[in-house]
Amino acid sequence: MSHSQRSDIFLLDAERTTWHDETLWFVRQKRDKAVYATPEFQELRQLASDIKDHTLSRLDFYLQQFEENAHRNGVQVHWAADAEEHNQIVLGLLQQHGATRVVKSKSMLTEECHLNPYLIKHGVEVIDTDLGERIIQLREEAPSHVVLPAIHLKKEDVGDTFHLHLGTTKGNNDPQQLTETARQHLREKFLAGQVAISGVNFAVAETGSVVVCTNEGNADLGVNLAKVHIACMGLEKLIPRLSDLSVFTRILTRSATGQPVTTYTSHFTKPVKGKEMHIVIVDNGRAQQLGRPDFRASLKCIRCGACMNTCPVYRRSGGHSYDFTIPGPIGAILSPNIDMRKHASLPFASTLCGSCTDVCPVKIDIHTQLYKWRQVLGQAGEIPTSKKWSMRLLSRVLAKPGVYSLGGRVARQGLRLLPHGLTHAGGYNPWAIARELPEPPKQSFREWYAQQEAKV
Amino acid sequence: MKVALFIPCYVDQFYPQVGIATLQLLEKLGVRADFPKQQTCCGQPMANSGCERDAIPVYHNFVDTFEAYDYVVGPAGSCVYHVRKHFDIIEQTPAVQHVRTNTRELFDFIINVLGVTEVPCSFPHRVGLHLSCHGQRGLHQANESEMTPVRDGQLRRLLSSVRGLELTELDRNDECCGFGGTFCVSEAGISARMGQDRVHDHVRNGTEVLTGGDMSCLMHLEGIVRRHKLPIKVLHAAEILNGILL
Repeated sequence: MSHSQRSDIFLLDAERTTWHDETLWFVRQKRDKAVYATPEFQELRQLASDIKDHTLSRLDFYLQQFEENAHRNGVQVHWAADAEEHNQIVLGLLQQHGATRVVKSKSMLTEECHLNPYLIKHGVEVIDTDLGERIIQLREEAPSHVVLPAIHLKKEDVGDTFHLHLGTTKGNNDPQQLTETARQHLREKFLAGQVAISGVNFAVAETGSVVVCTNEGNADLGVNLAKVHIACMGLEKLIPRLSDLSVFTRILTRSATGQPVTTYTSHFTKPVKGKEMHIVIVDNGRAQQLGRPDFRASLKCIRCGACMNTCPVYRRSGGHSYDFTIPGPIGAILSPNIDMRKHASLPFASTLCGSCTDVCPVKIDIHTQLYKWRQVLGQAGEIPTSKKWSMRLLSRVLAKPGVYSLGGRVARQGLRLLPHGLTHAGGYNPWAIARELPEPPKQSFREWYAQQEAKV
Repeated sequence: MKVALFIPCYVDQFYPQVGIATLQLLEKLGVRADFPKQQTCCGQPMANSGCERDAIPVYHNFVDTFEAYDYVVGPAGSCVYHVRKHFDIIEQTPAVQHVRTNTRELFDFIINVLGVTEVPCSFPHRVGLHLSCHGQRGLHQANESEMTPVRDGQLRRLLSSVRGLELTELDRNDECCGFGGTFCVSEAGISARMGQDRVHDHVRNGTEVLTGGDMSCLMHLEGIVRRHKLPIKVLHAAEILNGILL
């Protein structure tokens, strides 16, 4: 299915679409307020962008520096070329410790690697401890947003889910009671967790430490209770120095939710005595993207989700319409790198309005990359055949002024003469499903102009 | 100053009155613009569809048509933006560079080249301004809500100077209308929904006349207005500034 087909399913529930759009627009407005209140915000964006550009240009150096410093801190570093290797490494560590109960804080990387189903298949109980993640885990759904994984759900949906899985009363949709239920449920899991897996927001090369940003404190709780901490990160998460971090913590949550900073910014540098800390560094297509000059900058992404909140398409099509771990505009430029054919419709799921580029805190030229992916897809033959041939025909017409003028006159004449039902049949004219065609004038501008010239 | 009128293909075929208003408005401001007849299109439909290479002959036709002029002026921010931003796959000869740099959106030309900030005319109606993304974010013709809460821009200023004209304030000042070129048919459902939401913002806030600088967005919005038989008239801003009477 293409993005537009999946969107059409989402759009069937018009009220829910309105609610989804308004909810995310509200988040975008919170972001705006935080940005307007920070006079140096545009400078911070530039600085963040420069730091990321610099880091990506010397990624090999910083990765090695990071590994050396992490080793020095007593942390074990593992390298995974792809998702499969990542999952094997994590499972291997669990097996080494005879662990069958894992608590996991939020990590888009482990979603990308499909770690949960892999571990479950191997007899491991893995519990997502971020509230939104836990909700969708109970529903066996994928996250629909990088920061707000359950944003596609209303409180009634959560009430139903908790009734089914956690034994709350049917019809209890009170957010406070539902949250308390989740808290009690997760507390048990935290206490039983043998290994804690976390994602990584930033990895600091000069200190070898990883930084995790959460609002619920679930990463801290999980890591501090378990004997082993495994932090999983994509290789683009590096920043050179600890002093660079403040630039990112200032822009990350302001862009994401409008908060000045996340409730918890946790630095993990070395294991506590008697415990272990591991870091798994994953490539999974990132080095390939780094090798694409037009798309390299997509690796600067810090996963704030601002491009999703602002995207007028995302807000009306929902995160699942992208069918990729990272949805929205940034997902649409990351996904073709992974599987061009499968995700061929995503770069076209945009009007190229450019709002994503303007909110991006690390200044990724998202809409320009969408345009460029379209060209790559077009040349690779990954666009619908009808589009390919109609564009070729259109090009023939538009390259020849005479053909164009005549074609225009015939088309307008046709539109005037044919019955409305025929010109507006949605089956072959998708424009007309929800819109009237413009009323065709008798004269085009050029015909009028020629007439004026003749008069003179 | 030799000025050429660039009337985009769909304006030429479906909205000749917008071309006429543009020509007459420029005349009132002391500019006699030519309309070179071999012009067709900027090539954006092909390029936005991923068929940039098919657009190459159209790009060449554009440059050949306009290279002898000092300025190329068009009443369509999106087409102008395409010429300025995306003509980089053809060889950048002096002619190509000249045409790209000097292709200007109508209101940008009026304000920044002619230095005109007020157009003396009257239009006693409640007008809703649709900010088209390529003009606003692409050509920087208006402030962006992503950057500042201040709603300001070239067209807003010009329209504010019109006697009797009252601008309506929208809930979402600069959200995309959902036209998006071939997006409007390849993602027809989302495109329509976005357009409906834009139109309702105007209805909610009392717009009688919906206007803007880009006829492509307006064509899409007008299609929705007419389908729902809403009491809103859609006009290009050139028509208002040229003194149209309702």
